[in-house]
Amino acid sequence: MSNSKSKRVIIEPVTRVEGHGKVSILLDENNKVTQARFHIVEFRGFERFVQGRPYWEMPVLVQRLCGICPVSHHLAAAKAMDKIVGVDKLTPTAEKMRRLMHYGQMFQSHALHFFHLCSPDLLFGFDADPKIRNVIGVAIKYPELAVQGVMMRKYGQEIIKATAGKKIHGTGAIPGGINKNLSIAERDVFLKDLKQMLEWSKGALKIAKDYTVANLDTLKPFGSFDSNHLSLIRKDGAMDLYHGNLRAITADGKKIFDQVDYSNYLDYIAEEVKSWSYMKFPFIKSLGPKKGWYRVGPLARVNTCDFIDTPLAEAARKEFMAVTGGRPNNITMAYHWARMIELLHSIEKIDELLHDKDLQGTNLVVKGQRRNEGVGLIEAPRGTLFHHYKVNDDDQVVMANLIVSTTHNNEPMNLAVQKVAADFIDGVPNITEGLLNRIEVAIRAYDPCLSCATHAMGKMPLKVTLFDYQGNEIASKTKE
Amino acid sequence: MAAEVNKILLIGYGNPARADDGLGPAVAESIGLKNLPGITVEADYQLTIEDSAQVAEHDVVIFADASVNCSEPFSFEPLTAKEGGSFSSHSVEPAEVMALAENLFKSKVKGFMLAVRGYEFDKFDAPLSEKAKQNLEKALLFLGNLLKTKNFNNLQKIISCS
Repeated sequence: MSNSKSKRVIIEPVTRVEGHGKVSILLDENNKVTQARFHIVEFRGFERFVQGRPYWEMPVLVQRLCGICPVSHHLAAAKAMDKIVGVDKLTPTAEKMRRLMHYGQMFQSHALHFFHLCSPDLLFGFDADPKIRNVIGVAIKYPELAVQGVMMRKYGQEIIKATAGKKIHGTGAIPGGINKNLSIAERDVFLKDLKQMLEWSKGALKIAKDYTVANLDTLKPFGSFDSNHLSLIRKDGAMDLYHGNLRAITADGKKIFDQVDYSNYLDYIAEEVKSWSYMKFPFIKSLGPKKGWYRVGPLARVNTCDFIDTPLAEAARKEFMAVTGGRPNNITMAYHWARMIELLHSIEKIDELLHDKDLQGTNLVVKGQRRNEGVGLIEAPRGTLFHHYKVNDDDQVVMANLIVSTTHNNEPMNLAVQKVAADFIDGVPNITEGLLNRIEVAIRAYDPCLSCATHAMGKMPLKVTLFDYQGNEIASKTKE
Repeated sequence: MAAEVNKILLIGYGNPARADDGLGPAVAESIGLKNLPGITVEADYQLTIEDSAQVAEHDVVIFADASVNCSEPFSFEPLTAKEGGSFSSHSVEPAEVMALAENLFKSKVKGFMLAVRGYEFDKFDAPLSEKAKQNLEKALLFLGNLLKTKNFNNLQKIISCS
């Protein structure tokens, strides 16, 4: 533990497999924070569970990991299975259908996070009563905005349904391609509402930008720190949320590695195990575990790319980068602004794809020479998602390694909590409503997936516990 | 005078890959197979904000979910729209869906919660436990009769059969 006057915080064995947030804060004799940890209960049994199953089941099976971003798991697994069936390049129809599915997922997920989870903090303030600082509060005070959130989410979900077959746990992507195209009738439904979605996206971006710029002095230090950033990147340096090579940069924007074929990720990324968490801590090998942790997700993606290949999002990116003088933006709360840039980019991409006749093509699947190993990466809404499988000659999966976005952001979220706790708790051994709110706001900036896989009624708290220097629990508060 | 019930929506939600967490979708699947007139059936992993738009198009909505602590074998109770908000989940609670439907779409929907008691939530790709299956059967019997009669006017108290 950190010093002789503090005691180890024992994390009791947790048998629940669904996600929930638990924060432990350890104080010294002067009631200053010596340590704060954000424990995410993540059950990695899924990697064992898929062993022995036929490889072609993976794109459908792995979606059971998550009720929030099943499309991301579906596509990452499908990309890995493309490799297994020996396919390095899909037909234009297959790739564009998958991209449409992915941008639909990105659009609905970002809209949901912004309007449902983040906008109450932005519109009402961190200290507002939790009873109104929620989506219902937004619905009452800003009904037009709330309706936009609902309808944008619905639009993205309908795109997923049209491309994947179902809103949740679709079957669209298959090893080597896709199992359907987009009919003219389906396309026309989406074209009808496209302009409205674009306008609402611009409006959401403006809210996020105006809020960040107006509150920059407050937000700059809030749960913030310099960090490395990692994402996929297109060969020309453009943001690409579906496919690309790996790029990692430092907090100053220097490249740590660039254009790395993600099939070789194990040469660049390692995962550290810590005794107090079920979740692993990934880091960049060349920098080691202490300096090699990084952030993923919207903030990282906007920081790592050289440009965005859609005009409105690119203009927004330039404004975003101008705030930090072209240096990567390391402000945790800027995740929201970056997320809305990606929202706009996603609808611009959807626009582009819907006008592409390849979506009505009929050449859907490619076959190749069977391989025994495949890696698939995708930029999921919360960040880079890794799927890695080995398959035996009987077509059974014998190894699976999944690194989800929230795992990449594990260390940053811990640091954000520690910083917020240190700023708001020093000398006052109490969990105030303000502290609880701020911890919640800092974690939420990362949009972590805490509710993976199951949700049964009565489970989903954020629990913050305060321990004195002798290890005694002195306060605890739960946000349901 | 009782309000006429023409359109009923049943949403069963939960994760069928996690043992008894799949009770909600199991309710939806069974009822869906009956093709009852005027009943729309949806199964999903979780409730989300856009469900409010569909809820608002109906006279009655019944949410079906697994429960870790409701009375056995199930409970059925009227649901009142309630403001709230969860910490970080992208899902919302049934009462919040109703509140959104009321606030955003001026819905007058009447809501009910069917909670079926489950016991095993920690296994991947596991079927319903035997006890949960028994509870499901009883819940389906009750719900099937209710959907045939469509009489929702006298259901003001919690119904729990044992």
